[in-house]
Amino acid sequence: MSGTPVLAIEHLTMRFGGLTAVSDLSLWARAREITAVIGPNGAGKTTLFNCITGFYRPTVGRLQLAHPDGARFLLERLPEFRIAREARVARTFQNVRLFAGMTALENLLVAQHNTLMVASGFTVLGLFGGSAYARAEANAIDKGRYWLDRVGLSARADDPAGALPYGAQRRLEIARALCTDPVLLCLDEPAAGLNNRESAELNQFLLDIRHEHGASILLIEHDMGVVMEISDHIVVLDYGTKIADGAPREVRNDPKVIAAYLGVADENAEAAEAGL
Amino acid sequence: MPRESESSLRFDTLAALQDAATAALVATGLFILLIGIRTEQGPAGALVISTRFGLLAEIVAAVFVGRLLVRRVIWRSLTDAVGRMIPTRVNSVAAHLATYAAAAFLVSALIAPVVFYTNRYWLDLAILIVTYTMLGFGLNIVVGLAGLLDLGYVAFYAVGAYSYALIAQHFGLSFWICLPLAGMLAAVAGLLLGFPVLRLRGDYLAIVTLGFGEIIRLILLNWQDLTGGPNGISGIARPSFFGLPFSAADNGFAATFGLSYSPTHRVVFLYYLILALALMTNWVTLRLRRLPIGRAWEALREDEIACRALGINTTNTKLTAFAMGAMFGGFAGAFFATRQGFISPESFTFGESALVLAIVVLGGMGSQLGVAVAATVMLGGFELFREFEQFRMLIFGAAMVAIVIYRPRGLVSTRKPSVVLHKPTAIAAAIAQDARAEPAK
Amino acid sequence: MAYFVQQLINGITLGSIYGLIAIGYTMVYGIIGMINFAHGDIFMVGAFIALIAFLVLVAIGVTAVPLALFLMLLIAMALTALYGWTVERIAYRPLRHSFRLAPLISAIGMSIVLQNYVQIAQGARVKPLPPLVVGGYTLLADSDFAVRLSYIQILVVVTTFALMAGLSVLIARTRLGRNMRACEQDLKMAALLGIDVDRTISLTFVLGAALAAVAGLMFLLYYGVIDFFIGFLAGVKAFTAAVLGGIGSLPGAMLGGLLIGLIETLWSAYFSIEYKDVAAFSILIVALIFLPTGILGRPEVEKV
Repeated sequence: MSGTPVLAIEHLTMRFGGLTAVSDLSLWARAREITAVIGPNGAGKTTLFNCITGFYRPTVGRLQLAHPDGARFLLERLPEFRIAREARVARTFQNVRLFAGMTALENLLVAQHNTLMVASGFTVLGLFGGSAYARAEANAIDKGRYWLDRVGLSARADDPAGALPYGAQRRLEIARALCTDPVLLCLDEPAAGLNNRESAELNQFLLDIRHEHGASILLIEHDMGVVMEISDHIVVLDYGTKIADGAPREVRNDPKVIAAYLGVADENAEAAEAGL
Repeated sequence: MPRESESSLRFDTLAALQDAATAALVATGLFILLIGIRTEQGPAGALVISTRFGLLAEIVAAVFVGRLLVRRVIWRSLTDAVGRMIPTRVNSVAAHLATYAAAAFLVSALIAPVVFYTNRYWLDLAILIVTYTMLGFGLNIVVGLAGLLDLGYVAFYAVGAYSYALIAQHFGLSFWICLPLAGMLAAVAGLLLGFPVLRLRGDYLAIVTLGFGEIIRLILLNWQDLTGGPNGISGIARPSFFGLPFSAADNGFAATFGLSYSPTHRVVFLYYLILALALMTNWVTLRLRRLPIGRAWEALREDEIACRALGINTTNTKLTAFAMGAMFGGFAGAFFATRQGFISPESFTFGESALVLAIVVLGGMGSQLGVAVAATVMLGGFELFREFEQFRMLIFGAAMVAIVIYRPRGLVSTRKPSVVLHKPTAIAAAIAQDARAEPAK
Repeated sequence: MAYFVQQLINGITLGSIYGLIAIGYTMVYGIIGMINFAHGDIFMVGAFIALIAFLVLVAIGVTAVPLALFLMLLIAMALTALYGWTVERIAYRPLRHSFRLAPLISAIGMSIVLQNYVQIAQGARVKPLPPLVVGGYTLLADSDFAVRLSYIQILVVVTTFALMAGLSVLIARTRLGRNMRACEQDLKMAALLGIDVDRTISLTFVLGAALAAVAGLMFLLYYGVIDFFIGFLAGVKAFTAAVLGGIGSLPGAMLGGLLIGLIETLWSAYFSIEYKDVAAFSILIVALIFLPTGILGRPEVEKV
């Protein structure tokens, strides 16, 4: 199944009034692969994520998501909660958005809201103590426990999410996204603020998820260690357009990419931008 | 070093005096016309003025002294000492106490009519407190759990009361049928009012719900044919004890149970009725908190965007909260109608919404016990100040400001998680983010 | 036709008063994102101060109407501005970093305090003012209706627009105005750049209160009678106006005020006077549903 696109973006343009954040962007993310989106700040990466996950409605463009069973979704038409619920696209945020006053475990249970709602008979059955709900809740807690274990937060299951250290919060957010059994997992700077050891653990964790759960991962990252280490495919954005797209080795040596990140001496700027 | 502290103390005193003088000057400016001068309607209908400069001087002096006390080292060391006396674990201790407090509350609520049997005044007060506690429970779902700013809760109270009155009068159905009907109608009102506006941002939602509250009141006031306008609806059937009327007749409650007739019987019945309704509301809320919908409400309060990213239909979640809160408000309204026997739009002003909101916020958002405590304190305090008739509301408003500044998380500021894996820890409210502190700009 | 023109004139006058109050709401919301629930009561306080100032002036022998009006204006603006400053210092500044509901609760509390303070201090009965500015022009004369434009109406509208112009100049040209605009854009950054944010916010409240005082004086002159409760209704309608015009936009507040004034007057004249407040509230709800950023407001994109 690897090799077929899970996410196909065609001619995506996002305009806010006079500002064009993303301009005519087309890219594919292939199933069961880790695709990284990189680029200098302001390149439009988070805007891209917001378009994919339905928080922004694209001005122009088609975003198609394909499930392994063949189901297809046009993301540009769906509101964000339906993209999460039906298209099974999960995401994390640049500034961690946990439910700070709720415990780690509760955060993971909220992620399983839709399943639990059905099991509780949309609350009515649950209110009067149906056993179906009790079973479903036990399963949900087990799943929560499983993911807490995987991210190393078992001991802190009952601690309020807001009290966790920063790295733990990031891991919890990823665990929460995984509790929704996503087909596409979108991570916005998961390695931000992590030290080397934690980054290495994150790398391994993402590789394991891809391997065990068959999720496709789309990743915004600035940490080149993470990006080069685990990505199968890298897309580089600058000023809202794609300037490179390919395997890590190609992208690493692409002069346009180097120019965008590191800048070049003025006399070489034009040459670099012309893509020589 | 003595000399340093001496001069710094002098400097501090000077600064404190200057500060107090400024405060006194400001007070003079504020009060010189409104307190210093009194306007009265004179014999000819025009206004005549008289001076009250003595009162003005007293108040300005009080401000001066008060400001000095607040600033002076004395006060600061006093608050330091008090602060040191309270252990840092106080919130977890308080959380333990909370369970006992809840039980104590329940017990005292159950035996209150027995204790106050001969004192009609306290019994009426108890009914009032429990009624507002129930309203607080209802609004707690909307504001405390789901974090939706509702400034027009009185609308559902009114819909419940008027629905009950009209159905009971026109169809002659018993209390036990009309009550759920009134609640259903209030829930429908909640859905209708909520549907168009729940996607609005916090502050806007607050003003819109305020608007709804006023619209309902104005309609009740002006639609004379249906609601009786400013005269309201009177002669609402009083409740019976499951069919036995509370009268001195032979088929009455007293006669059937071999008691001598007393009008207090009905009042006691009403008390247990509202208590039962409040306890039911409490039970439902506690159950719902442990169900996915309750968790979704609390998650909504914490971070709506994260909810949407997890596939939760936040519009439906909000609507459910709104409708549930409205329903319980409707039940309370129906009770109110049958208790009074008479309702008019005057009972359903914005002030009621503000009072219930204050009870919920000052009780500690989301905490049921907090609501009960706050209702008791505020309404009890209100009654205690009855002699200060005019100053009551003033003190009430000032208390609201003071409490939200000095104890913003409310009286009960801890949250109990709805599910635990190992060991429950009460979550200090400072960690919770209800409706995110930054203004949504 | 003449009747309609009269309603237009009346509506614009009323709308000017609402607009002056609305500016206070919109400036405060623009700078700290808070609805100053007590602002309507500041307007009421302004009206009372103007009234009492007048009575004192008469008592000490100032009888020339233009002089009395001028002094009333100054005194009301100054003292009401003091109220605005005090309320901000006591009730809102300590809550600047608290959760979002906190300032709203505090504002509701202050509103209750102000209303009851005035009620206790001056009594609950209505306070009348003898008509100070009488007379006017007769514009059109229909067969059965004559359109009158009274001097007081001219005074209200002219004063309002003069103040609007002055305020616009202040915002656009002065340092204070620049500071206000900076704080409105990004409070934290403004503070980091050395702007005295506390002072700027205080001055915003002071300005808003001063304008509300003018509105109070105009209301007093126009209607001739005030009581401690006029703040609530006027406040909600003025807030409606601010939202309708686009919260955060000064011309929007004025535009919204005029619209609300016109709608209310025309509704009372042609439909039903009892439900005129329902009309105002309904406009608010409809406006917020379909035009959440108002007529002149900037569309806001939620930062995810």
